[in-house]
Amino acid sequence: MNLLWRWLTDPASWEGSAGIPARVAEHLAYSASTLVLAALIGIPLGLWIGHTGRGRVLVVNLVNGMRSVPTLGLLFAAVLVLGPLLGGDIAFLVPSIFVLVLLAVPPILAGAYAGVEGVDPGARDAARGMGMSSREVLFRVEVPCALPLIFSGLRSAALQVIATATLAASVSLGGLGRFLIDGQAYRDYGQMAGGALLVAVLAMLVDLVFAVVQRLVVSPGLAPARTSRRAARRAAAAALSPT
Amino acid sequence: MKKHLAILVAATASLALTACGSGDPLASSAPASSAASSGSTVSLVVGSANFPENELLADIYAGALTAKGVQVTTKLNIASRETYVPALKNGEIDLIPEYTGGFSKYLNADADISDEATALASLKSLLPDNLEALEPSKAQDKDSITVTRATADKYNLTTIDDLAPVAGEMVLGGPPEWKNRALGVPGLKKVYGLVFKDFRATDAAGPLTVQALKNGQIQAGNLFTTDPSIKANDFVTLEDTKSFFGAQNVVPVINKAKATPEVVAALNAVSAKLDTDTLATLVTKVVVDKDDAATVASDWLTSVGLA
Amino acid sequence: MKWFLGHLGQVGSLMVNHAVLAVAPLVIGLLLAVPLGWLAQRYRWLRTPLIAGTGLLYTIPSLALFILMPLVLGTGILDPVNVVVALTVYTVALLVRTVADGLASVPQEVLQAATAMGIGNVRRFWSVELPLAVPVIAAGLRVAAVSNVSIVSVAALLGIPQLGSLFTDGFARAFLDPIVVGIIACIVLALVLDLAIIAISRAVTPWRRTQVPA
Repeated sequence: MNLLWRWLTDPASWEGSAGIPARVAEHLAYSASTLVLAALIGIPLGLWIGHTGRGRVLVVNLVNGMRSVPTLGLLFAAVLVLGPLLGGDIAFLVPSIFVLVLLAVPPILAGAYAGVEGVDPGARDAARGMGMSSREVLFRVEVPCALPLIFSGLRSAALQVIATATLAASVSLGGLGRFLIDGQAYRDYGQMAGGALLVAVLAMLVDLVFAVVQRLVVSPGLAPARTSRRAARRAAAAALSPT
Repeated sequence: MKKHLAILVAATASLALTACGSGDPLASSAPASSAASSGSTVSLVVGSANFPENELLADIYAGALTAKGVQVTTKLNIASRETYVPALKNGEIDLIPEYTGGFSKYLNADADISDEATALASLKSLLPDNLEALEPSKAQDKDSITVTRATADKYNLTTIDDLAPVAGEMVLGGPPEWKNRALGVPGLKKVYGLVFKDFRATDAAGPLTVQALKNGQIQAGNLFTTDPSIKANDFVTLEDTKSFFGAQNVVPVINKAKATPEVVAALNAVSAKLDTDTLATLVTKVVVDKDDAATVASDWLTSVGLA
Repeated sequence: MKWFLGHLGQVGSLMVNHAVLAVAPLVIGLLLAVPLGWLAQRYRWLRTPLIAGTGLLYTIPSLALFILMPLVLGTGILDPVNVVVALTVYTVALLVRTVADGLASVPQEVLQAATAMGIGNVRRFWSVELPLAVPVIAAGLRVAAVSNVSIVSVAALLGIPQLGSLFTDGFARAFLDPIVVGIIACIVLALVLDLAIIAISRAVTPWRRTQVPA
């Protein structure tokens, strides 16, 4: 505790390109670009699968399968394979983001899919009965109804990515992982504990931001309790894991 | 069918046996009972740092000791000195291949390591009471400041001194611990007056450092002088005119409680046979030819009659 | 492939280590999560602090948890117990919620029927609530098992031998084969654990087999 306090209150910890603000910014940059890319892949795919009912088996297996791929191994493999092809400053960045995106897509995909699939069939039928096209049903009924689960997928992914982005430091990138890896390298427990604490705080703050956005975006008629138990369970199963 | 089943059973059983042999992961890793320190059945744990050469050396020590009937367990790839030295002090590991100069500087930033004799003397005087340095080998593996051929030509670099006027434009790459180590960024500033634009934590002179040099993410990097990738990439190792990296003879450092005469004899015999060229050749087999360190170690031990 | 065939023994023993390091926390974590989940379900006011609190543990990066464990436990730096305890923390974090959800999924009528039959609270928990919650708990356990397998490999950065050692070894030599073999071995191990949990969950809920076809 003392060590942690000393590190956090040392002005040197806060200065320059290796200081806490700079590392937090790097960490957020990695995490945000990962989440945007993963959302661009996961949400449309999840919506499509949920809407059409096609490829359901694929999703379930993919989501479970991806979760079992060890991130560290994948990162090392990606750096060895992609690094020499890329060259320059992106040689380590691209493989790291690639691995993080692979990690983030499954929960986002599962959330979007479960959200659409769990929409009350009555609501869907009513929309069709009102003469909505398949497209309108998707965007005016299913997506709004699926938002709570889409958000829970995004939030799971965000937590997971923020915790895992620390591994990027093991391939010489920045971010909060630097404090963990460097702290380990010179046995500076204060720095390590501080780094871990910052990651946890950052994860909480980001989750809080998502929660606020979710509140603003999601229709008040769609409190999480209203989603079906089956969908909720699926979303719970889509939940995260740190790495 | 029955035969296949039998083979399967045998294979499973042998798998289980190897698993036991390599140590039950849940078994306590506390030092083996002190009863082992007398008599002929010594058992000890050999550790290594997190780079291939050190693991290879640990395998060589382990092989030489096993050949003498010592019961050996290996715990390889234990990060940096900052991690494994505490493990060595508290008895979690008993023996590790070290480097005279590097270990001295780790123990005391002001240690004199300018030549082989002083480096060894420094190490012996600085080691904690429960540890002992045995006979060093002739083999040396030094840290270095290495640049690409293009960088060397551009700035006309042959020695580390030549870096002084241009270091401000260059990023230095090395293992994370270099940032604070005497034999790292602070020392380079003190001895050579080098202030680099930035320091990038890569890895312990491994593929990240090599790739970062090639990519231009760093302009100068810490590679080991035994590293085959220096030659393979036509890198230039800058001459260490002030003997900053000093003498770095490979030396077994052992827990005194485990240093029985037979253990000492076996390890000293290894040191006597090992020189820099041999070490570099063996490292090349592991890193370039991708042979197993354990196999390379045992082949070499056999070839010199130590196993 | 050639590398794999030449290193069957090594990969096998690393896999056994890996399995032990991943499964032990699963068992311990489950044993801890059942009472905690019960508390969260039984006393409503405890639910939020318990679930949010354990959920927070999840945001601690595993590398940090592994390395800081010796400070907390007083264990050695290379002690695999550090890994087991750290993973137990994650397992509990995940399972407390699942156990609470699982217990909540047991229909109220069933509980009332049990009480009406004169079954006491303790026995009702063990013979009615917990068995009926098994499917949900098993789902959470599967997630925990699979993620444990992935997280264990990070311990290679500390020199604790398991399949992750193949990653660090391969990376240090810029050698892809061991890394790929390690990744595949991890996936296989995760799959085996997953199937084992499904099998066990089926075995302890025989009524579901007749009730639910498919």
